[in-house]
Amino acid sequence: MTTLNNSYKKRNLVWIVIFLLPNTILYFMYTIYPAIQTAVSSFMDWNGFQRAGVFCGFDNYKELLHDDIFFKSLKATFTFMLIVVPLRFLISLGFGLLLNWKNCKGRSFFRTMLFLPVVTTGAIIGTVMKMIFDPKYGPVNIVMSALGLMERSKGLLASFDSALLTGGLIWVWKWMGMSLIYWIASLQSIPDELYEAAKIDGASSTQTFFRITAPLLKSFAGIILVLTIGDSLRVFDLMLTLTNGGPFYATETIELFIYHTAFTDKVPRLGYASAAATIFALFFVVVSILQSFVKRRNDR
Amino acid sequence: MENKKTLSRKAVIQYLVAFVLILFCMIWIYPFVWMLSASMKTSTELFQKGLNLIPDRFSIDSYISAWGKGGFSRYFLNSVITTAGAIALVLIRCATCGYVLSMFKFKLKAFYMTVLLATFFIPHGTTIIPVTQMSTKLGLMGTRVGVILALAGGGQVASIFLFKNFFDQVPRELYEASLIDGTSFVRTFFSIMLPMTGPIISTVTIITFMNAWNNLMIPLVFTLGNSKIKTLTVGMMAFSGAYATDWAGMAAAGTMTLLPIVVCFICLQKYFVSGIAGAVKG
Repeated sequence: MTTLNNSYKKRNLVWIVIFLLPNTILYFMYTIYPAIQTAVSSFMDWNGFQRAGVFCGFDNYKELLHDDIFFKSLKATFTFMLIVVPLRFLISLGFGLLLNWKNCKGRSFFRTMLFLPVVTTGAIIGTVMKMIFDPKYGPVNIVMSALGLMERSKGLLASFDSALLTGGLIWVWKWMGMSLIYWIASLQSIPDELYEAAKIDGASSTQTFFRITAPLLKSFAGIILVLTIGDSLRVFDLMLTLTNGGPFYATETIELFIYHTAFTDKVPRLGYASAAATIFALFFVVVSILQSFVKRRNDR
Repeated sequence: MENKKTLSRKAVIQYLVAFVLILFCMIWIYPFVWMLSASMKTSTELFQKGLNLIPDRFSIDSYISAWGKGGFSRYFLNSVITTAGAIALVLIRCATCGYVLSMFKFKLKAFYMTVLLATFFIPHGTTIIPVTQMSTKLGLMGTRVGVILALAGGGQVASIFLFKNFFDQVPRELYEASLIDGTSFVRTFFSIMLPMTGPIISTVTIITFMNAWNNLMIPLVFTLGNSKIKTLTVGMMAFSGAYATDWAGMAAAGTMTLLPIVVCFICLQKYFVSGIAGAVKG
């Protein structure tokens, strides 16, 4: 940069600003301003038909604390997270190790197959899975009852005790391939020389795994875990089309709660939904802190 | 002798693993096969013979009726337009921003990048209400431009950093040489720097394609008042609400929606993979 003279630098500065503008404007309009406005609206009594809300202090938050449906949605969100995160994490790790194994034939073909659901449209998957899990005509019920594993007419997505679990399994199926790619990328970042050195030293494959692969994967595992947690909290389109939050709010995760309260209830309540959205955002603050914590530990 | 025996045992294990994986993958992609098969059956046949995947008679009636009567020709066009618009906008904003963040020093750069990264996780649920209010005020509600802006707005942090990390690898001498030649800032970017970013452009295009094509919340909220600009995802919800028993129709509509993205994925797999793998490496 020392070759630059001053006038050139100044002209550059103008262009730097111009180049930053598109991103800055879009980012401000669609992330920064809305995030602040949501927090502000959360202190307002505001139904969807009014132009603006009236300040009401912490009333929305107080009401949320006594709102049965909100608590059900919190419970659904966290139960969902606890079901899907370990499943997606471990299944993808298993496949990642298998598909990274030199002796496994057709690895890229299997990777393609397992990844396929990731690229597909959640809203379509929800609609199609509703048919596949249909209690009367769906193939899942036909097969499961023929095997004697289940009552013929049990609606897996329609009963209170199984809807969230079934939705969770479908979600894991849809997104497992994403974590699989994370794992494969992590495994491939381990230099081959390490394995060769271990081989020369006469290490067994078990020793190689526990002494080389596992410790080096640990730093990636933290990041993959945090990304998976973030994804699981955000579930929306799949659940909306699969169950629309039912039955009896069993699958009403927070994004669904916000959407229903702000857009589809008879009297939309924007202030109230904003309060829920603000609480929801706090979860992601926790996730971000976790992420930077993992990063810092890895860097050390 | 000993060596040969262990070799063949290895081969047996290999085939066994491959066999189990094939079986597993068949179950894994069964929902797609079922959907494809259902789309070519009649609904009556679907309800009578649930398990048989091969239709008695291959019929494309469901495609015709979903495309015409179901309104999917319009939904499809809308999805193509909004997705293309979102891709163009994301490429422009991320390439320019990533370039400047990588090549130049300026005040507040560290702050700018920290703020970007800090909002990496912010979910649509948190921002959607003010976004709709603002869009209503600006007259963007119920318009295609509004949908495109909302799809391309927001963070896009991953794409910005894909560009930035790429430009970080470009040797500085290249930039300095263009300075000495007296090439202008804009020309340096468009005719020297940007043409090198082919793989990143592909990756960002594909990631944005996937996000925009598959997005439900934004088009859903933006088209509540204008059904003319509904995209495929929203159209599918409307269709399954109106014709809940037309399983063949829903399967046909689903197949039409998934086909472009699946074909694109199979052809351009490596860019999908590198885009996603970037998340753990960064």
